[in-house]
Amino acid sequence: MTTSSSIAVSAIAPRKPFSQSALGTLLVLPALTAIALLYALPLARSLITAFRDSDGTWTSEHIARAFSLYGRDVLFSIGVVSASLTLITLVSIAIAGYLVLGTTPWAVRMLRWLYRWPLFIPFVVSGQLARSFLSTNGMMNGVLVESGLMAADSAQSFLDWRGLVLTFAWKQIPFVTLLLAGAMAAIDRSHIEAARNLGAGRLRCLFNILLPQAAPTLWVGLILSLVAMLSVLSVPLMLIAGNPTMMTSMMAHRITYYGDYGIANALGLFSYALTAMTAWVYLRLTLRREAAA
Amino acid sequence: MKVSKRLAQIGLGLMLGLVAFIVFGPLLNLAMWAFAEQWFYPNRFPTDWGFAFWERVFRPRAGAWVSLFNTVVVALLAVLLSMALAIPAGYALARQALPARNVIMLLFLLPQAFPNLPIFVNIAAIFYQWGLNGTLVGVVLVHSLPGLVYAVWIATATFATVDRSLEEAARNLGASPLRCFADITLPQALPGLLAASIFVFLDSIDEFTGTFFVGAPEITTLPLLMFNASMGGNYQVAAITALILLIPSVGFMLIIERFLKADVLARIGR
Repeated sequence: MTTSSSIAVSAIAPRKPFSQSALGTLLVLPALTAIALLYALPLARSLITAFRDSDGTWTSEHIARAFSLYGRDVLFSIGVVSASLTLITLVSIAIAGYLVLGTTPWAVRMLRWLYRWPLFIPFVVSGQLARSFLSTNGMMNGVLVESGLMAADSAQSFLDWRGLVLTFAWKQIPFVTLLLAGAMAAIDRSHIEAARNLGAGRLRCLFNILLPQAAPTLWVGLILSLVAMLSVLSVPLMLIAGNPTMMTSMMAHRITYYGDYGIANALGLFSYALTAMTAWVYLRLTLRREAAA
Repeated sequence: MKVSKRLAQIGLGLMLGLVAFIVFGPLLNLAMWAFAEQWFYPNRFPTDWGFAFWERVFRPRAGAWVSLFNTVVVALLAVLLSMALAIPAGYALARQALPARNVIMLLFLLPQAFPNLPIFVNIAAIFYQWGLNGTLVGVVLVHSLPGLVYAVWIATATFATVDRSLEEAARNLGASPLRCFADITLPQALPGLLAASIFVFLDSIDEFTGTFFVGAPEITTLPLLMFNASMGGNYQVAAITALILLIPSVGFMLIIERFLKADVLARIGR
């Protein structure tokens, strides 16, 4: 019985499922090997080195020393990242909301054209843009002084944690807005129209109808931005001269000046943990939403 | 009623002006630095304009030409390598019944889901043992990691949108699987694959961290040149290099929609 049916199947489809998946595996194998060598191997090395002494015994000393040496930098990083994410959230909700609910066609068109520009500008270039724009002699201070909003002698350099927050936000807002506006535009217009007919204002539509439905996309955008901010090395190196600074700066410092992979990888572990925690919060929220639905 | 409408329009215009200033102000400031020959505090504008620094940057045998050459060669090789690996993988992930397909997709997602600085640092340590640090091969490999991830995602999404009935028709008419792939599947997938290549190319051109650890000081690319000029206080050279780096980025932003169709975008990550 089984033999006859398998013969029948192979007669209809000469490519058997087994050879199909073998071929598929063969096709994926080179790319998988590359990922294993270029990602899995360094990842494993970073995790192991964080817990290994120079003589090969397991230790938690690197973690402890990383905390005592760079605890302030870790807190600074968390602060900068939180402030940036808050700013990114507020502005991208405002822009995406206006793009979807705006009633002045020319303004919507112009905003749609305007907001995307920083999207593909590299982080290194953003760093240089900030270095000239936010400095004491930069255009931001210049315009504030010339327009009479600020006294000339109170012009100050913004190249500190504020500069970092502004640069990260400048670079990431278009990305999050692009995702968020896309998600909001995909929501059934009839929901909005029904609410508007019942007298709901546009703000109320944004916060009670659009945002709750587009929230998962917003979260994805924010997590990807968090990963980007914890990965980028050039911007903190270019904007922050002293201490405290971002963890990435300190990792590079530890390696270029001391060749100390133990502590550098321990710091790397902190940045993994920070990302993992955020991803976990997101997953819990998603699961709760799905359970409620 | 009419007055309040006018006021609302003026308010809107002011808001948009503010947005325009925030978006373009930094770019304008950078452009001013690129053409400034003399600009000291507290002058609002450069006191001397000119092309002197452009000449210095593009003088024959100046560092900029070598960096530009390195940048383009590395980017092209990274595209070749990533696409050579990603096209078969994407095809298999989109079409073939693979064991543990979700695990494989997840594996290609992880490099973008966690901070990548520790990875680059440890790649550099491993490459050092393999003798790849400071070589072109090493830099191409380190640029191919993020590139490969994008390429596999986009290629998988692209192959998933290719119409299967045409392939089946070709096969029924006696075309071999390879011929069918080359003549039917590949041409249909070309826009998406081109988009993936552009992504990898741009990502490689902008790549800083990997080159910083693996390539420097032997291999200098434009981002490293810009970084070194900026840290050395030479804002003019930094601004000129930055402007060159902006050309591909902005150019791509203006044409992206032509290549990356909505139906492909909707399938990324599935």
